[in-house]
Amino acid sequence: MTAPPLCAAPPLPKARGEVSAAVLDRLTAHPRTRTGPMTVPVPEDPYGDDLQLSLYLLYELHYRGFEGVDDRLEWDPDLLRLRAALEERFLAALRDGVPRGGGAEEELAALMDAPPDGKGSVSHHLLRQGELWQLREYAALRSLYHLKEADPHLWVVPRLRGRAKAGMVSVEYDEFGAGRAEEIHARLYADLLDDLRLTSAYGAYLDAAPAEMLAIVTMMSLFGLHRSRRGALVGHFAAVEVTSSPASARMADALRRCGAGEAAQRFYDEHVEADAVHEQLVRHEVVAGLLADEPQLEGDVVFGIRATGLLEGRLADLLLASWQAGHGVLRTS
Amino acid sequence: MPDAPEPEPRRVRSERGGPVLVDGPVEVVLDDGTAVVSHRPVVAVCSCRRSRIYPWCDTSHRRKPRRRTADRSQEAP
Repeated sequence: MTAPPLCAAPPLPKARGEVSAAVLDRLTAHPRTRTGPMTVPVPEDPYGDDLQLSLYLLYELHYRGFEGVDDRLEWDPDLLRLRAALEERFLAALRDGVPRGGGAEEELAALMDAPPDGKGSVSHHLLRQGELWQLREYAALRSLYHLKEADPHLWVVPRLRGRAKAGMVSVEYDEFGAGRAEEIHARLYADLLDDLRLTSAYGAYLDAAPAEMLAIVTMMSLFGLHRSRRGALVGHFAAVEVTSSPASARMADALRRCGAGEAAQRFYDEHVEADAVHEQLVRHEVVAGLLADEPQLEGDVVFGIRATGLLEGRLADLLLASWQAGHGVLRTS
Repeated sequence: MPDAPEPEPRRVRSERGGPVLVDGPVEVVLDDGTAVVSHRPVVAVCSCRRSRIYPWCDTSHRRKPRRRTADRSQEAP
């Protein structure tokens, strides 16, 4: 089997409202007609399709870009000005959506307490009564992140020093296959998608993904691209690594139970083992190291942890309610 | 024979109740005498013996719910 084109720039998605339509217009406009400020209003709903897709489009210019879109638009001042306005609305909603106060260590310790009944948890549901179509749908959705797994977090490295930097790079090195291309986690995820007979082309499920999934990826990009959000990025990363190992064990078992192939199980089996290591490094080196250097960032770290829980909770609610009602969440165009 | 350079000391870290972190690669000899190898840059060796992937840690040492009942934790790595 030939390797899927992991590195190809994806096609542009369809608009989901006035603002995303304006962004798409600007991305595809002739250089002579694409100057001047963009005059679209910021969408009301910070979690809605139009705002989230617009942010997703603008952030993707920093990763792989899009087919037929000028690479230089990554630093287009008019697009960046619009992006800043969208980010402000999104960040304000995240801030309003989570409590303030508390310490990072306690917050992470609380995440390690496995919920005994798994209520409201996608992986518990999939383990107990998930059906293959639900696992496939979930895999397609998560591909928006996992085909660029660990990429958004690499941006924080130049903003760290000492223990935090060494710990972060150690985890990222492992995420990127520790020197082996075939072990890059994004590559393992592409194998999982192939195994489940889904498409493993980068960005293939962007049109199909509901705003709840887009928001998880836009949050990472937002935290990763801004040095001022380094505390939130570290908190977010820690929350993911701390909760991933047991959730991955449930996912691997769910895939086995539903008869998925070896490559699909392999991705999650790898994460059971890898993220048990990463959790230790992230808590003791990255979070503790950052807060030893910059104790004033503790509130931001806690914010990153809680914002991650908030957005993952929104996606889980959508998935579980839809599946309960017997239908999927993927958008059809 | 020229003097061999002194090898770098291997770093080992451990957390109370948690795994022992060892710079990899690591070979662990099991109770039955067989050996298993991990090539990870850092390896978490299980010390509670509850791991389903023993001798590697799978965070099973945690399984003692303390306070929270419904945690909106993440669902993916």
